[in-house]
Amino acid sequence: MSIFDSTTLKAAGIAMGPVAAAAETRAKIMEATQAAENAVLSPRDPGAFPHDLRAALAARLATAGGEPALAAHYLDRAGAMAALADPMQDGVAEGFGTVVAFFDKAANRTRDIAAEDIAALQEAGISDADIVRLCELCAFMAYQLRVVAGLRLMKGEAA
Amino acid sequence: MSRIVHKFTRKVPHWQPRVTPVKLEEATEEQLDALQVTPSNTKVSDYVLTLAHDVESLKVRSPLFNAIMYDPGGMSRAERELGAIGASMVNRCIYCAAVHADRHAKLEKDTSVTEELFAKGEKADLNPRNRAIFDFARKLSESPVDATPEDMAGLREAGLSDEEILDLILSAALFGWANRLMHVLGDPVRHEVPA
Repeated sequence: MSIFDSTTLKAAGIAMGPVAAAAETRAKIMEATQAAENAVLSPRDPGAFPHDLRAALAARLATAGGEPALAAHYLDRAGAMAALADPMQDGVAEGFGTVVAFFDKAANRTRDIAAEDIAALQEAGISDADIVRLCELCAFMAYQLRVVAGLRLMKGEAA
Repeated sequence: MSRIVHKFTRKVPHWQPRVTPVKLEEATEEQLDALQVTPSNTKVSDYVLTLAHDVESLKVRSPLFNAIMYDPGGMSRAERELGAIGASMVNRCIYCAAVHADRHAKLEKDTSVTEELFAKGEKADLNPRNRAIFDFARKLSESPVDATPEDMAGLREAGLSDEEILDLILSAALFGWANRLMHVLGDPVRHEVPA
């Protein structure tokens, strides 16, 4: 697969020109970014978070982060969980209220996360392994969103 | 006794997990492989053992991390550390900020930049190139929509090439990832020796 078929470069609209040339010098990183996306969005062992829920949460962050193309990519895969892609939905009706509240705070108010937030997940019956899985999904999305936003700014400048 | 560290420091604290890490003696073959445990290397940090709960992510994350921070070409290693510090200060990841401020000081053989940053935050007195790098990393970290075309223009005015700007985006974004593991899943602590 060409790096220009990766989610990150496609969502940022990078296909040719000086930004594409710079991305080619970091092809290994672009490939590893796609591998990381596959590992958090569609892992073989999804734990308590099936692939459609992961895609919905990813779309949720991309929407809140102002990247509609990236959000659309994930919303396509959100299936029955698509309602959670809307940042205004709290996930309570779907039985994921605690998960969604934590996910939004870890993504968007990271500095405010404290030990109590992890304890609340544990008290809600979420296993330590699933807490780590949830954090990895949130953390990867924070990374990918910022790479897409940065590349888009680069392209605007180089155009 | 140990106490949680709340202030930015270059003295790297101990990282104390808020969840129970994987026990090495109970690790699966796949976890051992991702942890790179060999008979001659059996020392694995609590942080990596915590991440081993999601072994598929751990396996792909380490090569990506190393490539962004250490691969040759593009932006200097010290400036990539500055991108990491900018993100870590926004997210108040005391542990990540300490590790990368320490690396920055060692690479530059100078502690003044990180001392200034830790003392004054975004009002730090920096040279124009460091200013542009730190400001861009800080805004991109606050929110992906906070960095503006003016910030991008500032990087070019400060003399950064396309390859350098890409490396800055990658290093700041990577710490958006790392901070959401380190700061969320554990506490930075200092063990105090009883008097």
